[in-house]
Amino acid sequence: MVITVNNFSAWFGKNQVIKSLNMEVYSNEILGIIGPANSGKTTFLKTLNRLNDLDDDFKMDGKIFLDNRNIYEYFDVISLRKKVSIIFAMPLPLPISIFDNVAYGPKMHGIKKGLDEIVERSLRAAYIWEEVKDRLHESALNLSGGQQQRLCIARSLAVEPEVVLFDEPCSGLDPISTAKVEEAMMELKKKYTIILVTNNVKQAARVSDRVAFFMMGELIEIDSAEKMYTNSVNKKTIDYISGRFG
Amino acid sequence: MNPKLSQKIAFTVLFLSALITILPVLLIIAVIVKNGISAISWKFLTAAPTNGMRSGGIFPAIVGTFYLALGSTAISLPLGVLGGIYLSEYSKDNLFTRILKLGIINLAGVPSIVYGLFGLSLFVIYLKFGVSLISGCLTLAIMELPSIITATRAALNSVPQSFREVSLSLGATKWQTIRYSVLPHALPGIITGAVLSNARTTGETAPILFTVAAFYLPHLPSSVMDQVMALPYHLYVISTQIPGINKNITYGTALVLIVFTLSLNLFGIILRTYLRRQKKW
Repeated sequence: MVITVNNFSAWFGKNQVIKSLNMEVYSNEILGIIGPANSGKTTFLKTLNRLNDLDDDFKMDGKIFLDNRNIYEYFDVISLRKKVSIIFAMPLPLPISIFDNVAYGPKMHGIKKGLDEIVERSLRAAYIWEEVKDRLHESALNLSGGQQQRLCIARSLAVEPEVVLFDEPCSGLDPISTAKVEEAMMELKKKYTIILVTNNVKQAARVSDRVAFFMMGELIEIDSAEKMYTNSVNKKTIDYISGRFG
Repeated sequence: MNPKLSQKIAFTVLFLSALITILPVLLIIAVIVKNGISAISWKFLTAAPTNGMRSGGIFPAIVGTFYLALGSTAISLPLGVLGGIYLSEYSKDNLFTRILKLGIINLAGVPSIVYGLFGLSLFVIYLKFGVSLISGCLTLAIMELPSIITATRAALNSVPQSFREVSLSLGATKWQTIRYSVLPHALPGIITGAVLSNARTTGETAPILFTVAAFYLPHLPSSVMDQVMALPYHLYVISTQIPGINKNITYGTALVLIVFTLSLNLFGIILRTYLRRQKKW
């Protein structure tokens, strides 16, 4: 397994948002995380590359291991974020060219040679190369929302991560763009481990190998997508998946 | 009262208030242009004053003011921008930084004569720079600092937080994030703030009174330790100390000063418009 979570709890100020979480993420799987608002799923995601550190109110307890190494002890935050990259809910291209967006990470890590290849490889992996190859030096903001999101995926892949986190990546996208992003994800799992937080229960069913259901900061159930959607015995899970609440 | 009538009255009052606020500006410009335009000539702009400043030109004062504007910005811009970056991006919100921020805001309200006396005691006397270009530039720079820092902070705050998150999430360091993802997008606001602040201090007399300004100095400065003539002080001198001076020379000097500061302002505004149009988000 790639990620192991041991008794992990998290707070913002006095508000506990995750309650002693224990779970594992396997390599080269897509783990979908579903759950109603305030269930702690995004907080969990942002803990994995320590983006929560930016919030002064954030406190945590417990341990999280990436490749059996504690993410808060073994790694400095820079090298952790290189290994665990994130795609945000809204497409967030930087207001620079398409090329510069993808090359941003490698450049920050001191890579000067071979940027052209890195950019092309990353854009191909995110299934957007054909659409942008003739306009690499145009502003990334000229792209459509769906293209921007795939550009953001390419940008994350350019730093050669092991794990890619998706935080509701399709919440701002139309169905066709969503399908393209999902298609990209399915391909990506061959090389990467993917954790997908989504509000869309059907999306989780479509792309995930396993699904975790969070509620009120607790992990209610985690199982293969198939079992979860057809054979769950947990009432909360059944209610949420069938849309009776949430 | 019927609502339509009260609305009419309200609009009229608002309109008149707006009109009254710009009236003095227009009057000032009209009076200065009317009385001063006849003094303006190539010679007036390029020659030194002669005949006890009753004739000749104001070239040394123009050059002096130009040097002061340039020199003070060269000092205040880097210092103010770096300080602003620290306050807005690095410093934690605690009692010390809150006092610091409050102090900076209050500095903007300190009367300019106080800056002048401060410059006199620190640069001229204590640091032994004497009455010199460097003392004047430093004094003006200190006066510009609060507004440059404030403009820098405002410009940095207007850069979306998401740019920082994206950059950090890709494994960039905090400094790289500021350098490559925040600062470039804050630059228009910072530069405009600096230019406008500079335009304001360029017209000040009090800060240069004891620190740099020369009563009469027909040649140009040869080093930063020299005194210079400066437009605001020259205007003060010829309007109070020189009896029997032709009125249009005084107004002509005022016209040059006002054109100088207004064109700095205009430059700042054009720059801002241009850079805003470059802005892509």
